[in-house]
Amino acid sequence: MIYVWSVLSFAGLTVTLAAVLMVAEQLLVNYGVCKLDINAGEKPLEVEGGRTLLESLYANEIFIPSACGGKGTCGHCKIIVSSGGGPVLPTETSHLTRKEIRMHVRLACQVKIREDIYVRIPEEMLNVKMFSATIQSTIQLTYDIKEIRMKLNDPAEISQRPGQYVQVEAPSPDGDVFRAYSISSPAYQPEMVELVVRLAPGGVASTYLHNLNVGDPVSFTGPYGEFYLNEDPSTEIICVGGGCGMAPIKNIIYSIYDRWPDRSCWLFFGCRTTADIFYLKEFEELSAKHENFHVVYALSDELADGGRWEGETGFIHLAVDKYLEAGIARQAFLCGPPPMIEAVTRVLKGKGITAEDIFYDEF
Amino acid sequence: MNETSALIILVAAILTNNILLTNFLGMCSFIACSGQIGTAVGLGTAVTFVMTTTTMLNYVIYHCVLIPLGLCHLTFIVFIVVIAAFVQFVEMFVERFSPKLYFALGIFLPLITVNCAILGASLFMIIRKYNFLQSVGFGLGAGLGWALAIILMAGLRQKMRYSNVPEPFRGVSIAMIVTCVLAMAFMGFAGMVAIQ
Repeated sequence: MIYVWSVLSFAGLTVTLAAVLMVAEQLLVNYGVCKLDINAGEKPLEVEGGRTLLESLYANEIFIPSACGGKGTCGHCKIIVSSGGGPVLPTETSHLTRKEIRMHVRLACQVKIREDIYVRIPEEMLNVKMFSATIQSTIQLTYDIKEIRMKLNDPAEISQRPGQYVQVEAPSPDGDVFRAYSISSPAYQPEMVELVVRLAPGGVASTYLHNLNVGDPVSFTGPYGEFYLNEDPSTEIICVGGGCGMAPIKNIIYSIYDRWPDRSCWLFFGCRTTADIFYLKEFEELSAKHENFHVVYALSDELADGGRWEGETGFIHLAVDKYLEAGIARQAFLCGPPPMIEAVTRVLKGKGITAEDIFYDEF
Repeated sequence: MNETSALIILVAAILTNNILLTNFLGMCSFIACSGQIGTAVGLGTAVTFVMTTTTMLNYVIYHCVLIPLGLCHLTFIVFIVVIAAFVQFVEMFVERFSPKLYFALGIFLPLITVNCAILGASLFMIIRKYNFLQSVGFGLGAGLGWALAIILMAGLRQKMRYSNVPEPFRGVSIAMIVTCVLAMAFMGFAGMVAIQ
């Protein structure tokens, strides 16, 4: 009998407390409709208060980049909140510099809308759209890198610049997550988006993408990214990459030779072993057509027994150092692991390229 | 029945029977959040408020519900649920009516739910057979005592940033040693007032 009483009274207490909390929530956490003003009246919205800024923007089809799904860990969703955002929270401070805090930069996923709020969003981000697409083809490039080509359905075309990226929506046990991937298909093929994805052990999105088959639906937002290719054809373009850092570089190179067939461009690509090499044949064909395009692949590990390799050996920054002459107007785009970027940046600065002309993407 | 006056219990709970330094309750948040004086003050305030109110609430529930129904074996679980629910309620209330305080307390409010000192205060009140007024005194005193300890600790740790602590002791180890010294210092108050 005592057990029945215990269970009943404990259940009763829990239910009462839960009910009190729910009533309190209804009464207290109700902010009504708030005004959400973007870029000083350019796009006034009315949103339900009590949700985060990021959620409200997504609900209104404004896709701010965010990789962690609003947990406050990636720091991608920075936007300027000119008023109505409350003070900067402890969860944000680790992602913001002092200068950014002075400029009222906030993490959109941490700002809760409690009153009328005024935000500034770069024009480009307002043009970001949600795309639905179908897998057109998948090609295994190396043991862990796959090329995935997606045909766009709605909208049917994407207007992108080389170097930009999309955020693919991948299902996970904790709800959908978005992960960023650079677009590897050139800008003159607006009807599709191609990605080069390395399978990260335990990675949610890369596992999802690697397991997709032809005909499967996929959705992503984009394009994002601030990289602008130098429009002056006399400026030489240097691309240095490693692993899946190939994606933006492939886009840059094909877009360049579509517009400026005679423009000078170098591609340096670092691999560990012959098993890591991909796209070499395609680039050699391209280089045969355009005499000013130079391809250099380098292997950093010792050759395995019976392997054949006639190209460069050693880390890629050594090859960059060997081939480039100093004192030519250049723009460099680096994409690969941080130690590679650091070493190559040092070499390029030694060749007289200023820091403003070196763009990089670490992963 | 305990005859000590509520005021004496209040003073004793702050100094001689400091819940943190003599009973070692609430150690985890004490070690984790004593890096800066600002956060220590915020967390200390929140703990004091929640401790005082939950002791009152739990006193009422214990004497008006659990004893009449003969359900004293449910004390622990009921107290925990009441504390958790109350903290949730306080969080909503503060967020609505004082956003400033809400932001000042920030993430510390929900952290209190898992602070064992809060549950400890409610349980001591039962063990020591306090009446309502004594319980209020004890809850408030224990909260203030906890706040005092964490603020002192934060001050010491801020000073310690400029000291040359030997490598193996850096971080939590030196914090534990300093807590120990602090606890011994508080033993100096021992003869002043005594509560059971």
